Parts: sequence; structure tokens; C-alpha cells
Amino acid sequence: MRASPDVVFRSLADPTRRAILERLIREGELTVGAITGESGVSQPMVSKHLAVLKSAGLVRHRRDGREAHYRAQPKGLAPMVNWMSRYRDFWCDRFDRLEKLLERMDQ
Amino acid sequence: MKSVVVEREFAHPPEKVWRALTQGPLLEEWLMKNDFQPVVGHKFNFRAQPNPHWNGVTDCEVLVVEPNKRLSYTWNASGDEAANGTKTIVTWTLTPTKSGVLLRMEQAGFRPEDEGFYQGANLGWNKMFGTLDQVLARI
Repeated sequence: MRASPDVVFRSLADPTRRAILERLIREGELTVGAITGESGVSQPMVSKHLAVLKSAGLVRHRRDGREAHYRAQPKGLAPMVNWMSRYRDFWCDRFDRLEKLLERMDQ
Repeated sequence: MKSVVVEREFAHPPEKVWRALTQGPLLEEWLMKNDFQPVVGHKFNFRAQPNPHWNGVTDCEVLVVEPNKRLSYTWNASGDEAANGTKTIVTWTLTPTKSGVLLRMEQAGFRPEDEGFYQGANLGWNKMFGTLDQVLARI
């Protein structure tokens, strides 16, 4: 089940959440405590933000004793993929392949 | 609505490029597996390797066949992805040049939401895009 682009977009509309996600992408798995340390907001707020990111499929978590560990889930960003730029790359690549095919073809 | 346009000149005659665009086995060699036929109204699929975010199947219908000049078909997401997915028209135009042919591909009909990231104007987004681009490249 993947989130709709709207859900992903809304979850990233908040600068604190973007900062949290960027940090998780950069640093890998972190505990809620470690994330709170540099976020400038309280731990309950961080937990709230993480819950939003989780419901959008952007992070996942595991429990280890008392601590919850979070990591980014880059695949959650797939609904936000820029289809136009994806297709531009796709067609340029296919033009290259067409050119090679034309070289191989008989007149 | 927005388009993606790719143009390139090939040092080959238009007739040869036309064959590469319209003969199924040749088309498969550079584009994708297909059951294309150059017949207006023909419905066909392009098939690629599916992945967790894409069923790999593109639904198409031939709209225009003007041999050696112009070819057009719909290019739509299929199955469960059809409702919210890509719904576009691909048009190939061949223009003879001194040394061969200018081939133009236009994929038209992208909606604002297809552009992704909604061109977010917020401060900080640009930095985010940089990071996300790298991440998306790994998906």
C-alpha cells in the first residue's frame, strides 16, 4: 500500500519534518532521542512528526527495548517522482538506442 | 498541460527511421516489447520489467499513421495505476533534412501533478530536491 502524492506532499510541507527526514536519509538509523537532540523541538513533537512521516510511508521504525529506532524509507518518495523529467531521461536514452539500431539496420 | 520534447537528427532516410518506429520487432529492440501495428484505432501495450512502483504495462491506441511523416498514439498508465497515472499522447514527426531526417518526439498531456514536487516554492525546498534527487536515483 503506498501513500498518495498528496499525503507525501503534506507530510513534507512542514520544515521540521523535512529536516528530520533529511537527517535520517543522511545518517541512517536514529533513536527518537538522537533526532530530538538537534531538532530544536520537544520529544513529544518529534514523535508526532515521525508518526506523520511514518503514515506517509517515508520512515519505518523498530523497537529495541525502550527505544524506538527510525530510518528513512526512500521508496516512500516514489509517488512524488517527477514524471516529466523521468520521461525526458527515458526518451533521450531510447533515442540513443534507436540511433544504434539504425546503424545496424539494412537500408 | 505540459510536454516532453526530444529531437534528434539522424543520418538515415525517413523510410528507414519509419520502419524502426512501426515494425514491432524493430520497435522492441530500442523501445519496449509491444504488439504495435501501424493501424489507426489499433489498441496495444508496451511492456517493460515491472517494479514495486510500476506494473510495467503502458496502454496505447494508435491515433495517426502518415507513413514516413507522422505517427501518434496514446501513452497511458494501465490497470490499477490507470486512474491516477500518466495519461499522455506520444507523437513522432519525421522531417527530411539534407543528410537524413529530423526526428521529433513529443509526449503531451502531463498534468501539474505529474511534474512532481509541485514546483514547491518554499525556502529549503531546493536543498531538499538536491537530496531527494540522489535518493530517487537509487530507488
